[in-house]
Amino acid sequence: MSAMPGVVAINTFREAVRDRVLYNLIFFALMMIGAAVMVGQISIGIERLVIINLGLSAIAIFGLVMAIFIGVGLVYKEMEKRTLYSLLAKPIRRSEFIVGKYAGLLLTLAVNTGFMTLGLAAALFYVGRPFVRSDASILVAIYFILLELALVTAFALFFSCFSSPMLSTLFTLGIYVTGVFAKDVRDFGELTRSPLLKSLTSVLYYLIPNFHNFNATAAAAHGEPIPFSLIWQNTLYALLYVLLILLAASAVFSRRNLK
Amino acid sequence: MSTPAIEILGLTKDYPVGFWHQRMRRSLDNLTLRVEEGEVFGFLGPNGAGKTTTLKLLTGLIFPTSGTARVRGRSIDDVQMHREIGYLPEQPYFYDYLTARELLDYYARFSDYGAAERRERVERFLERVGLASAGNVQLRKFSKGMLQRAGIAQAILHDPPVVFLDEPMSGLDPIGRREVRDIILELKRQGRTVFFSTHILSDAEMLCDRVAVLVGGKLQGVGAPSEIVSIEVHAMEILFEVRDGRALPPGLATRATRIGGRNRMEVPEAELYGTLDQLRGCDARILSIAPVRPTLEDYFIQLVGREQTVAHAVEGMKR
Repeated sequence: MSAMPGVVAINTFREAVRDRVLYNLIFFALMMIGAAVMVGQISIGIERLVIINLGLSAIAIFGLVMAIFIGVGLVYKEMEKRTLYSLLAKPIRRSEFIVGKYAGLLLTLAVNTGFMTLGLAAALFYVGRPFVRSDASILVAIYFILLELALVTAFALFFSCFSSPMLSTLFTLGIYVTGVFAKDVRDFGELTRSPLLKSLTSVLYYLIPNFHNFNATAAAAHGEPIPFSLIWQNTLYALLYVLLILLAASAVFSRRNLK
Repeated sequence: MSTPAIEILGLTKDYPVGFWHQRMRRSLDNLTLRVEEGEVFGFLGPNGAGKTTTLKLLTGLIFPTSGTARVRGRSIDDVQMHREIGYLPEQPYFYDYLTARELLDYYARFSDYGAAERRERVERFLERVGLASAGNVQLRKFSKGMLQRAGIAQAILHDPPVVFLDEPMSGLDPIGRREVRDIILELKRQGRTVFFSTHILSDAEMLCDRVAVLVGGKLQGVGAPSEIVSIEVHAMEILFEVRDGRALPPGLATRATRIGGRNRMEVPEAELYGTLDQLRGCDARILSIAPVRPTLEDYFIQLVGREQTVAHAVEGMKR
Protein backbone atom coordinates (compact mmCIF):
# COMPACT_ATOMS: atom_id res chain seq x y z
CA MET A 1 0.00 0.00 0.00
CA SER A 2 1.36 3.38 -1.00
CA ALA A 3 2.00 5.98 1.70
CA MET A 4 0.68 8.77 -0.56
CA PRO A 5 -2.95 8.74 0.70
CA GLY A 6 -1.63 9.01 4.27
CA VAL A 7 0.38 12.12 3.38
CA VAL A 8 -2.72 13.73 1.82
CA ALA A 9 -4.90 12.63 4.74
CA ILE A 10 -2.66 14.20 7.37
CA ASN A 11 -2.60 17.44 5.40
CA THR A 12 -6.40 17.42 5.07
CA PHE A 13 -6.69 16.95 8.83
CA ARG A 14 -4.21 19.77 9.39
CA GLU A 15 -6.25 22.02 7.11
CA ALA A 16 -9.41 21.32 9.10
CA VAL A 17 -7.65 22.04 12.38
CA ARG A 18 -6.09 25.26 11.07
CA ASP A 19 -9.41 26.37 9.58
CA ARG A 20 -10.73 26.13 13.15
CA VAL A 21 -13.24 23.44 12.22
CA LEU A 22 -12.86 21.85 15.64
CA TYR A 23 -14.15 25.07 17.23
CA ASN A 24 -17.60 23.48 16.95
CA LEU A 25 -16.54 21.48 19.99
CA ILE A 26 -16.85 24.64 22.07
CA PHE A 27 -20.52 24.96 21.10
CA PHE A 28 -21.04 21.29 21.83
CA ALA A 29 -19.37 21.63 25.25
CA LEU A 30 -21.44 24.71 26.13
CA MET A 31 -24.61 22.91 25.04
CA MET A 32 -23.83 19.84 27.12
CA ILE A 33 -22.95 21.94 30.18
CA GLY A 34 -26.19 23.91 29.78
CA ALA A 35 -28.23 20.75 29.31
CA ALA A 36 -26.64 19.01 32.30
CA VAL A 37 -27.34 21.99 34.55
CA MET A 38 -30.90 22.32 33.25
CA VAL A 39 -31.97 18.69 33.50
CA GLY A 40 -30.68 18.72 37.07
CA GLN A 41 -33.28 21.39 37.80
CA ILE A 42 -36.31 20.12 35.91
CA SER A 43 -36.36 16.40 35.62
CA ILE A 44 -36.35 13.72 38.20
CA GLY A 45 -35.06 10.35 37.10
CA ILE A 46 -34.91 11.07 33.41
CA GLU A 47 -31.60 12.95 33.36
CA ARG A 48 -29.95 9.97 31.75
CA LEU A 49 -32.51 9.78 28.95
CA VAL A 50 -32.42 13.48 28.18
CA ILE A 51 -28.65 13.83 28.30
CA ILE A 52 -28.01 10.73 26.14
CA ASN A 53 -30.68 11.70 23.62
CA LEU A 54 -29.46 15.25 23.39
CA GLY A 55 -25.78 14.26 23.32
CA LEU A 56 -26.14 11.60 20.63
CA SER A 57 -28.37 13.81 18.48
CA ALA A 58 -25.89 16.66 18.75
CA ILE A 59 -22.96 14.37 17.89
CA ALA A 60 -24.86 13.17 14.80
CA ILE A 61 -25.95 16.65 13.68
CA PHE A 62 -22.60 18.33 14.29
CA GLY A 63 -20.86 15.49 12.47
CA LEU A 64 -23.33 15.57 9.61
CA VAL A 65 -22.91 19.31 9.10
CA MET A 66 -19.12 18.91 9.08
CA ALA A 67 -19.16 15.88 6.78
CA ILE A 68 -21.37 17.60 4.23
CA PHE A 69 -19.98 21.12 4.31
CA ILE A 70 -16.32 20.12 4.35
CA GLY A 71 -16.85 17.04 2.18
CA VAL A 72 -18.42 18.91 -0.74
CA GLY A 73 -15.39 21.18 -0.95
CA LEU A 74 -12.75 18.50 -0.53
CA VAL A 75 -11.90 18.09 -4.22
CA TYR A 76 -13.75 21.07 -5.66
CA LYS A 77 -11.83 23.59 -3.57
CA GLU A 78 -8.51 22.09 -4.60
CA MET A 79 -9.50 22.30 -8.26
CA GLU A 80 -10.88 25.82 -7.92
CA LYS A 81 -7.89 27.15 -6.03
CA ARG A 82 -5.53 25.20 -8.28
CA THR A 83 -3.64 23.76 -5.31
CA LEU A 84 -4.02 20.45 -7.12
CA TYR A 85 -1.75 21.47 -9.98
CA SER A 86 1.52 21.16 -8.16
CA LEU A 87 0.28 18.17 -6.16
CA LEU A 88 -0.84 16.04 -9.11
CA ALA A 89 2.47 16.72 -10.84
CA LYS A 90 4.02 14.64 -8.04
CA PRO A 91 4.06 10.83 -8.30
CA ILE A 92 0.60 10.37 -6.79
CA ARG A 93 -2.31 8.64 -8.51
CA ARG A 94 -5.60 10.50 -8.59
CA SER A 95 -7.27 7.60 -6.81
CA GLU A 96 -4.68 7.90 -4.01
CA PHE A 97 -5.50 11.58 -3.73
CA ILE A 98 -9.22 10.75 -3.42
CA VAL A 99 -8.58 8.14 -0.74
CA GLY A 100 -6.27 10.54 1.09
CA LYS A 101 -8.79 13.39 1.11
CA TYR A 102 -11.50 11.00 2.31
CA ALA A 103 -9.33 9.55 5.06
CA GLY A 104 -8.31 13.05 6.16
CA LEU A 105 -11.88 14.19 6.66
CA LEU A 106 -12.81 10.93 8.31
CA LEU A 107 -9.93 11.38 10.74
CA THR A 108 -11.17 14.91 11.49
CA LEU A 109 -14.71 13.60 12.10
CA ALA A 110 -13.40 10.78 14.29
CA VAL A 111 -11.34 13.16 16.44
CA ASN A 112 -14.30 15.55 16.65
CA THR A 113 -16.65 12.72 17.60
CA GLY A 114 -14.12 11.43 20.13
CA PHE A 115 -14.02 14.78 21.92
CA MET A 116 -17.82 15.04 21.84
CA THR A 117 -18.05 11.57 23.35
CA LEU A 118 -15.85 12.75 26.20
CA GLY A 119 -18.16 15.77 26.58
CA LEU A 120 -21.20 13.52 26.75
CA ALA A 121 -19.49 11.32 29.33
CA ALA A 122 -18.64 14.39 31.39
CA ALA A 123 -22.26 15.59 31.26
CA LEU A 124 -23.51 12.16 32.37
CA PHE A 125 -20.96 12.17 35.17
CA TYR A 126 -22.10 15.67 36.20
CA VAL A 127 -25.73 14.61 36.60
CA GLY A 128 -24.42 12.12 39.13
CA ARG A 129 -25.00 8.89 37.39
CA PRO A 130 -22.47 6.10 37.77
CA PHE A 131 -21.45 4.36 34.57
CA VAL A 132 -22.96 0.92 34.10
CA ARG A 133 -22.41 -2.00 31.75
CA SER A 134 -25.38 -1.09 29.53
CA ASP A 135 -23.64 2.21 28.72
CA ALA A 136 -21.75 0.22 26.09
CA SER A 137 -24.85 0.86 23.95
CA ILE A 138 -23.94 4.56 23.93
CA LEU A 139 -20.54 3.74 22.50
CA VAL A 140 -22.14 1.49 19.88
CA ALA A 141 -24.58 4.28 18.98
CA ILE A 142 -21.64 6.64 18.54
CA TYR A 143 -19.87 4.03 16.41
CA PHE A 144 -22.98 3.85 14.21
CA ILE A 145 -22.96 7.65 13.89
CA LEU A 146 -19.36 7.43 12.71
CA LEU A 147 -20.31 4.79 10.13
CA GLU A 148 -23.13 7.05 8.97
CA LEU A 149 -20.71 9.98 8.70
CA ALA A 150 -18.29 7.79 6.72
CA LEU A 151 -21.04 7.14 4.20
CA VAL A 152 -22.17 10.76 4.00
CA THR A 153 -18.56 11.92 3.57
CA ALA A 154 -18.05 9.46 0.72
CA PHE A 155 -21.14 10.82 -1.07
CA ALA A 156 -20.10 14.44 -0.49
CA LEU A 157 -16.62 13.65 -1.84
CA PHE A 158 -18.07 11.85 -4.85
CA PHE A 159 -20.24 14.83 -5.80
CA SER A 160 -17.34 17.18 -5.10
CA CYS A 161 -15.45 15.54 -7.97
CA PHE A 162 -17.78 16.93 -10.61
CA SER A 163 -20.18 19.51 -9.24
CA SER A 164 -20.14 22.78 -7.33
CA PRO A 165 -20.35 22.81 -3.51
CA MET A 166 -23.92 24.15 -3.65
CA LEU A 167 -25.16 21.32 -5.87
CA SER A 168 -23.09 18.74 -4.03
CA THR A 169 -24.65 19.85 -0.74
CA LEU A 170 -28.12 19.46 -2.23
CA PHE A 171 -27.33 16.04 -3.69
CA THR A 172 -25.73 14.77 -0.48
CA LEU A 173 -28.50 16.10 1.72
CA GLY A 174 -31.07 14.62 -0.66
CA ILE A 175 -29.44 11.21 -0.42
CA TYR A 176 -29.17 11.47 3.35
CA VAL A 177 -32.81 12.43 3.86
CA THR A 178 -34.00 9.75 1.44
CA GLY A 179 -31.73 7.25 3.20
CA VAL A 180 -33.17 8.10 6.62
CA PHE A 181 -36.66 7.40 5.24
CA ALA A 182 -35.56 4.43 3.10
CA LYS A 183 -37.89 2.07 4.92
CA ASP A 184 -40.85 4.42 4.38
CA VAL A 185 -40.00 4.66 0.69
CA ARG A 186 -40.21 0.85 0.43
CA ASP A 187 -43.44 0.74 2.46
CA PHE A 188 -44.96 3.37 0.21
CA GLY A 189 -44.05 1.25 -2.83
CA GLU A 190 -45.76 -1.76 -1.32
CA LEU A 191 -48.94 0.21 -0.69
CA THR A 192 -49.22 1.71 -4.15
CA ARG A 193 -51.11 0.01 -6.96
CA SER A 194 -48.94 1.47 -9.71
CA PRO A 195 -46.42 -1.16 -10.88
CA LEU A 196 -44.13 1.63 -12.15
CA LEU A 197 -44.08 3.39 -8.79
CA LYS A 198 -43.62 0.05 -7.06
CA SER A 199 -40.54 -0.70 -9.19
CA LEU A 200 -39.20 2.83 -8.76
CA THR A 201 -39.43 2.79 -4.98
CA SER A 202 -37.94 -0.67 -4.93
CA VAL A 203 -34.91 0.46 -7.01
CA LEU A 204 -34.56 3.57 -4.85
CA TYR A 205 -34.71 1.47 -1.68
CA TYR A 206 -31.85 -0.74 -2.79
CA LEU A 207 -29.82 2.07 -4.38
CA ILE A 208 -29.94 4.63 -1.59
CA PRO A 209 -28.06 3.73 1.60
CA ASN A 210 -30.36 2.85 4.45
CA PHE A 211 -29.42 5.32 7.17
CA HIS A 212 -32.31 4.21 9.34
CA ASN A 213 -30.34 1.16 10.50
CA PHE A 214 -27.58 3.39 11.87
CA ASN A 215 -29.81 5.13 14.38
CA ALA A 216 -29.37 3.47 17.78
CA THR A 217 -30.03 6.57 19.88
CA ALA A 218 -33.28 5.30 21.40
CA ALA A 219 -31.78 1.95 22.36
CA ALA A 220 -28.75 3.66 23.91
CA ALA A 221 -30.92 6.14 25.83
CA HIS A 222 -33.00 3.33 27.31
CA GLY A 223 -29.95 1.20 28.06
CA GLU A 224 -31.09 -1.57 25.74
CA PRO A 225 -28.36 -3.83 24.39
CA ILE A 226 -27.64 -3.57 20.67
CA PRO A 227 -27.33 -6.99 19.00
CA PHE A 228 -23.87 -7.91 17.82
CA SER A 229 -25.29 -9.01 14.47
CA LEU A 230 -26.46 -5.42 13.81
CA ILE A 231 -22.97 -4.11 14.60
CA TRP A 232 -21.20 -6.29 12.07
CA GLN A 233 -23.99 -5.95 9.50
CA ASN A 234 -23.82 -2.16 9.71
CA THR A 235 -20.03 -2.24 9.59
CA LEU A 236 -19.95 -4.45 6.51
CA TYR A 237 -22.72 -2.47 4.84
CA ALA A 238 -20.96 0.87 5.40
CA LEU A 239 -17.57 -0.52 4.32
CA LEU A 240 -18.91 -1.93 1.06
CA TYR A 241 -20.90 1.17 0.29
CA VAL A 242 -17.96 3.48 1.00
CA LEU A 243 -15.69 1.32 -1.14
CA LEU A 244 -18.13 1.48 -4.06
CA ILE A 245 -18.56 5.24 -3.81
CA LEU A 246 -14.82 5.85 -3.52
CA LEU A 247 -14.26 3.66 -6.58
CA ALA A 248 -16.84 5.70 -8.48
CA ALA A 249 -15.29 8.98 -7.25
CA SER A 250 -11.82 7.81 -8.33
CA ALA A 251 -13.16 6.76 -11.74
CA VAL A 252 -14.82 10.15 -12.28
CA PHE A 253 -11.87 12.15 -10.99
CA SER A 254 -9.28 10.14 -12.92
CA ARG A 255 -10.89 11.23 -16.19
CA ARG A 256 -11.36 14.80 -15.19
CA ASN A 257 -9.49 17.56 -17.03
CA LEU A 258 -8.40 20.23 -14.57
CA LYS A 259 -9.35 23.75 -15.61
CA MET B 1 19.98 7.89 -31.00
CA SER B 2 19.63 8.74 -27.30
CA THR B 3 16.27 9.00 -25.58
CA PRO B 4 15.10 12.60 -25.65
CA ALA B 5 14.16 14.35 -22.42
CA ILE B 6 10.77 15.27 -23.85
CA GLU B 7 9.18 13.82 -26.94
CA ILE B 8 5.81 15.17 -28.04
CA LEU B 9 4.05 13.33 -30.87
CA GLY B 10 1.01 14.92 -32.51
CA LEU B 11 -0.41 16.22 -29.25
CA THR B 12 -3.86 17.71 -29.79
CA LYS B 13 -6.32 19.08 -27.29
CA ASP B 14 -9.92 20.08 -27.94
CA TYR B 15 -12.07 21.75 -25.30
CA PRO B 16 -15.85 21.62 -25.39
CA VAL B 17 -17.45 25.05 -25.48
CA GLY B 18 -21.00 26.34 -25.12
CA PHE B 19 -23.59 25.55 -22.47
CA TRP B 20 -24.29 22.05 -23.78
CA HIS B 21 -20.67 21.45 -24.78
CA GLN B 22 -21.90 20.84 -28.30
CA ARG B 23 -18.93 22.55 -29.98
CA MET B 24 -15.23 21.87 -29.65
CA ARG B 25 -12.45 24.41 -29.69
CA ARG B 26 -8.96 23.29 -30.59
CA SER B 27 -6.45 24.60 -28.10
CA LEU B 28 -3.46 22.64 -29.29
CA ASP B 29 -3.12 21.33 -32.80
CA ASN B 30 -0.93 18.35 -33.62
CA LEU B 31 2.14 19.50 -31.71
CA THR B 32 5.26 17.49 -32.40
CA LEU B 33 8.44 18.48 -30.62
CA ARG B 34 11.63 16.95 -29.27
CA VAL B 35 13.69 18.37 -26.46
CA GLU B 36 17.09 16.86 -25.75
CA GLU B 37 18.57 16.07 -22.34
CA GLY B 38 20.24 19.07 -20.74
CA GLU B 39 18.58 21.64 -22.98
CA VAL B 40 16.99 24.84 -21.76
CA PHE B 41 13.96 25.09 -24.00
CA GLY B 42 11.78 28.18 -24.26
CA PHE B 43 8.14 27.90 -25.19
CA LEU B 44 6.92 31.19 -26.58
CA GLY B 45 3.56 32.39 -27.75
CA PRO B 46 0.89 35.01 -27.14
CA ASN B 47 -1.89 34.58 -24.60
CA GLY B 48 -4.15 31.70 -25.56
CA ALA B 49 -1.51 30.14 -27.84
CA GLY B 50 -1.65 26.78 -26.07
CA LYS B 51 1.51 27.00 -23.95
CA THR B 52 -0.16 26.27 -20.62
CA THR B 53 -2.30 23.59 -22.29
CA THR B 54 0.88 21.87 -23.46
CA LEU B 55 2.42 22.00 -20.00
CA LYS B 56 -0.77 20.69 -18.40
CA LEU B 57 -0.85 17.82 -20.89
CA LEU B 58 2.78 16.97 -20.18
CA THR B 59 2.19 16.98 -16.42
CA GLY B 60 -0.98 14.90 -16.63
CA LEU B 61 -3.37 17.59 -15.40
CA ILE B 62 -5.44 17.29 -18.56
CA PHE B 63 -5.71 14.53 -21.12
CA PRO B 64 -4.97 14.77 -24.84
CA THR B 65 -7.70 14.45 -27.45
CA SER B 66 -5.11 12.69 -29.59
CA GLY B 67 -1.39 12.20 -29.74
CA THR B 68 1.00 11.29 -26.99
CA ALA B 69 4.14 12.41 -25.25
CA ARG B 70 7.00 10.84 -23.37
CA VAL B 71 9.32 12.22 -20.76
CA ARG B 72 12.68 10.41 -20.66
CA GLY B 73 11.03 7.52 -22.45
CA ARG B 74 8.09 7.24 -20.04
CA SER B 75 4.59 7.91 -21.27
CA ILE B 76 2.81 10.88 -19.70
CA ASP B 77 0.07 8.41 -18.63
CA ASP B 78 2.54 6.60 -16.39
CA VAL B 79 2.46 7.87 -12.81
CA GLN B 80 6.16 6.97 -12.49
CA MET B 81 6.89 9.62 -15.11
CA HIS B 82 6.10 12.15 -12.37
CA ARG B 83 9.25 11.11 -10.51
CA GLU B 84 11.22 12.52 -13.43
CA ILE B 85 9.58 15.95 -13.49
CA GLY B 86 9.18 19.10 -11.46
CA TYR B 87 6.43 21.55 -12.31
CA LEU B 88 5.77 25.17 -11.51
CA PRO B 89 2.20 26.08 -12.53
CA GLU B 90 1.35 29.51 -13.86
CA GLN B 91 0.50 31.85 -10.97
CA PRO B 92 0.91 29.09 -8.43
CA TYR B 93 -1.40 28.86 -5.47
CA PHE B 94 -0.67 26.69 -2.50
CA TYR B 95 -2.32 25.63 0.76
CA ASP B 96 -2.32 29.01 2.45
CA TYR B 97 -2.69 27.57 5.94
CA LEU B 98 0.79 26.03 5.65
CA THR B 99 4.07 27.79 6.20
CA ALA B 100 6.65 27.68 3.40
CA ARG B 101 8.65 25.13 5.39
CA GLU B 102 5.58 22.91 5.92
CA LEU B 103 4.65 23.19 2.24
CA LEU B 104 8.04 21.99 1.07
CA ASP B 105 8.05 19.26 3.69
CA TYR B 106 4.61 18.15 2.45
CA TYR B 107 5.76 17.92 -1.16
CA ALA B 108 9.03 16.23 -0.17
CA ARG B 109 6.99 13.42 1.37
CA PHE B 110 5.93 12.37 -2.14
CA SER B 111 9.55 11.44 -2.82
CA ASP B 112 11.02 8.61 -0.82
CA TYR B 113 13.27 10.61 1.47
CA GLY B 114 13.95 9.81 5.10
CA ALA B 115 13.04 12.43 7.70
CA ALA B 116 16.60 13.77 8.02
CA GLU B 117 17.13 14.13 4.28
CA ARG B 118 13.69 15.73 3.89
CA ARG B 119 14.53 18.33 6.52
CA GLU B 120 17.91 19.03 4.97
CA ARG B 121 16.39 19.47 1.51
CA VAL B 122 13.62 21.75 2.73
CA GLU B 123 16.16 24.05 4.40
CA ARG B 124 18.51 23.96 1.41
CA PHE B 125 15.80 24.86 -1.09
CA LEU B 126 14.25 27.54 1.13
CA GLU B 127 17.72 29.09 1.18
CA ARG B 128 18.12 28.56 -2.57
CA VAL B 129 15.02 30.58 -3.47
CA GLY B 130 15.62 33.25 -0.85
CA LEU B 131 12.84 32.23 1.54
CA ALA B 132 14.97 31.05 4.46
CA SER B 133 13.87 33.93 6.69
CA ALA B 134 10.20 33.45 5.70
CA GLY B 135 10.16 29.69 6.27
CA ASN B 136 7.77 29.89 9.22
CA VAL B 137 5.39 32.42 7.67
CA GLN B 138 2.01 31.12 6.50
CA LEU B 139 1.63 31.28 2.73
CA ARG B 140 -1.53 33.41 3.04
CA LYS B 141 0.80 36.24 4.07
CA PHE B 142 3.09 35.77 1.06
CA SER B 143 3.37 38.26 -1.80
CA LYS B 144 2.97 37.05 -5.38
CA GLY B 145 6.73 37.02 -5.85
CA MET B 146 7.27 35.00 -2.68
CA LEU B 147 4.64 32.47 -3.80
CA GLN B 148 6.48 32.18 -7.10
CA ARG B 149 9.70 31.45 -5.23
CA ALA B 150 7.96 28.81 -3.09
CA GLY B 151 6.59 27.34 -6.33
CA ILE B 152 10.03 27.10 -7.86
CA ALA B 153 11.39 25.49 -4.69
CA GLN B 154 8.71 22.76 -4.73
CA ALA B 155 9.36 22.14 -8.42
CA ILE B 156 13.07 21.43 -7.98
CA LEU B 157 13.04 20.08 -4.41
CA HIS B 158 13.43 16.45 -5.49
CA ASP B 159 16.14 17.10 -8.09
CA PRO B 160 14.00 16.15 -11.10
CA PRO B 161 15.90 15.62 -14.37
CA VAL B 162 13.19 17.54 -16.28
CA VAL B 163 11.72 20.79 -14.97
CA PHE B 164 8.59 22.39 -16.42
CA LEU B 165 8.14 26.04 -15.54
CA ASP B 166 5.03 27.93 -16.64
CA GLU B 167 5.84 31.63 -16.78
CA PRO B 168 8.50 31.42 -14.04
CA MET B 169 9.35 35.14 -14.17
CA SER B 170 5.73 36.22 -13.79
CA GLY B 171 5.12 38.47 -10.79
CA LEU B 172 8.78 38.81 -9.92
CA ASP B 173 10.69 42.04 -9.42
CA PRO B 174 13.99 42.52 -11.33
CA ILE B 175 15.99 40.90 -8.52
CA GLY B 176 13.61 37.95 -8.40
CA ARG B 177 13.82 37.55 -12.18
CA ARG B 178 17.58 37.57 -11.99
CA GLU B 179 17.49 34.91 -9.29
CA VAL B 180 15.18 32.70 -11.35
CA ARG B 181 17.47 33.10 -14.34
CA ASP B 182 20.37 32.01 -12.12
CA ILE B 183 18.38 28.98 -10.95
CA ILE B 184 17.62 27.99 -14.55
CA LEU B 185 21.29 28.34 -15.49
CA GLU B 186 22.30 26.32 -12.43
CA LEU B 187 19.84 23.58 -13.42
CA LYS B 188 21.42 23.58 -16.86
CA ARG B 189 24.90 23.28 -15.36
CA GLN B 190 23.65 20.29 -13.40
CA GLY B 191 22.61 18.69 -16.70
CA ARG B 192 18.87 19.02 -16.14
CA THR B 193 16.39 19.80 -18.87
CA VAL B 194 14.35 22.95 -18.39
CA PHE B 195 11.22 23.52 -20.44
CA PHE B 196 9.66 26.88 -19.71
CA SER B 197 7.03 29.13 -21.18
CA THR B 198 7.51 32.85 -21.06
CA HIS B 199 6.29 36.14 -22.37
CA ILE B 200 9.59 37.81 -21.59
CA LEU B 201 11.49 37.27 -24.79
CA SER B 202 14.74 38.77 -23.59
CA ASP B 203 14.84 36.07 -20.92
CA ALA B 204 14.24 33.38 -23.53
CA GLU B 205 16.95 34.85 -25.73
CA MET B 206 19.38 34.96 -22.83
CA LEU B 207 18.66 31.50 -21.38
CA CYS B 208 17.46 29.15 -24.07
CA ASP B 209 19.42 26.72 -26.19
CA ARG B 210 16.32 26.48 -28.38
CA VAL B 211 12.89 28.01 -28.47
CA ALA B 212 9.59 27.06 -30.03
CA VAL B 213 6.95 29.59 -31.01
CA LEU B 214 3.32 28.58 -30.72
CA VAL B 215 0.46 30.63 -32.17
CA GLY B 216 -3.18 29.62 -32.08
CA GLY B 217 -2.26 26.13 -30.90
CA LYS B 218 0.05 25.55 -33.86
CA LEU B 219 3.79 25.33 -33.82
CA GLN B 220 5.27 28.11 -35.93
CA GLY B 221 8.97 27.53 -35.55
CA VAL B 222 11.64 25.77 -33.51
CA GLY B 223 15.32 26.47 -33.27
CA ALA B 224 18.13 28.26 -31.49
CA PRO B 225 17.30 31.93 -30.97
CA SER B 226 20.19 32.85 -33.24
CA GLU B 227 18.89 30.51 -35.95
CA ILE B 228 15.32 31.68 -35.66
CA VAL B 229 16.34 35.32 -35.75
CA SER B 230 18.38 36.29 -38.78
CA ILE B 231 21.78 37.65 -37.75
CA GLU B 232 21.81 40.09 -40.66
CA VAL B 233 22.24 43.68 -39.63
CA HIS B 234 19.03 45.60 -40.19
CA ALA B 235 20.37 49.07 -39.57
CA MET B 236 22.97 51.09 -37.67
CA GLU B 237 22.12 52.94 -34.51
CA ILE B 238 23.87 56.28 -33.91
CA LEU B 239 23.78 57.93 -30.51
CA PHE B 240 24.91 61.58 -30.50
CA GLU B 241 24.78 64.92 -28.68
CA VAL B 242 24.24 68.32 -30.30
CA ARG B 243 26.25 71.15 -28.80
CA ASP B 244 24.36 74.06 -27.21
CA GLY B 245 22.79 76.47 -29.65
CA ARG B 246 23.35 74.27 -32.68
CA ALA B 247 20.37 72.90 -34.63
CA LEU B 248 20.22 69.75 -36.69
CA PRO B 249 19.59 70.05 -40.42
CA PRO B 250 15.85 69.32 -41.15
CA GLY B 251 16.72 66.00 -42.88
CA LEU B 252 18.37 64.69 -39.72
CA ALA B 253 16.08 66.34 -37.18
CA THR B 254 13.05 64.43 -38.42
CA ARG B 255 14.84 61.08 -38.16
CA ALA B 256 16.41 61.56 -34.74
CA THR B 257 14.65 60.84 -31.44
CA ARG B 258 15.64 62.83 -28.38
CA ILE B 259 16.13 60.71 -25.28
CA GLY B 260 17.35 62.33 -22.07
CA GLY B 261 19.52 65.04 -23.68
CA ARG B 262 20.86 62.66 -26.28
CA ASN B 263 19.73 61.87 -29.81
CA ARG B 264 19.20 58.45 -31.28
CA MET B 265 18.90 57.65 -34.94
CA GLU B 266 18.66 54.46 -36.98
CA VAL B 267 20.00 54.59 -40.52
CA PRO B 268 20.49 51.93 -43.21
CA GLU B 269 24.02 50.57 -43.21
CA ALA B 270 24.73 52.09 -46.65
CA GLU B 271 23.85 55.58 -45.44
CA LEU B 272 26.01 55.42 -42.29
CA TYR B 273 29.04 57.39 -43.51
CA GLY B 274 26.95 60.08 -45.27
CA THR B 275 24.94 60.60 -42.11
CA LEU B 276 28.10 60.80 -39.98
CA ASP B 277 29.48 63.48 -42.33
CA GLN B 278 26.26 65.45 -41.93
CA LEU B 279 26.45 65.15 -38.14
CA ARG B 280 30.07 66.26 -38.10
CA GLY B 281 29.02 69.22 -40.25
CA CYS B 282 26.72 70.47 -37.51
CA ASP B 283 29.37 69.86 -34.82
CA ALA B 284 27.48 66.95 -33.24
CA ARG B 285 29.36 64.70 -30.78
CA ILE B 286 29.06 61.02 -31.73
CA LEU B 287 28.64 58.91 -28.60
CA SER B 288 28.25 55.45 -30.12
CA ILE B 289 27.56 53.56 -33.32
CA ALA B 290 26.11 50.07 -33.08
CA PRO B 291 24.57 47.56 -35.48
CA VAL B 292 20.84 46.87 -35.00
CA ARG B 293 19.96 43.18 -35.26
CA PRO B 294 16.46 41.85 -35.07
CA THR B 295 15.61 40.44 -31.66
CA LEU B 296 13.48 37.46 -30.80
CA GLU B 297 10.82 40.01 -30.01
CA ASP B 298 10.92 41.36 -33.57
CA TYR B 299 10.59 37.82 -34.89
CA PHE B 300 7.76 37.13 -32.50
CA ILE B 301 5.84 40.29 -33.36
CA GLN B 302 6.31 39.67 -37.07
CA LEU B 303 5.05 36.10 -36.66
CA VAL B 304 2.15 36.76 -34.42
CA GLY B 305 0.98 40.21 -35.35
CA ARG B 306 -0.78 42.45 -32.89
CA GLU B 307 -4.30 41.78 -34.12
CA GLN B 308 -3.80 38.05 -33.96
CA THR B 309 -2.41 38.30 -30.44
CA VAL B 310 -5.52 40.11 -29.26
CA ALA B 311 -7.84 37.76 -31.16
CA HIS B 312 -6.28 34.71 -29.53
CA ALA B 313 -6.36 36.31 -26.12
CA VAL B 314 -10.09 37.02 -26.54
CA GLU B 315 -10.72 33.44 -27.61
CA GLY B 316 -8.67 32.24 -24.68
CA MET B 317 -10.88 34.26 -22.33
CA LYS B 318 -14.05 32.85 -23.86
CA ARG B 319 -12.78 29.38 -23.07
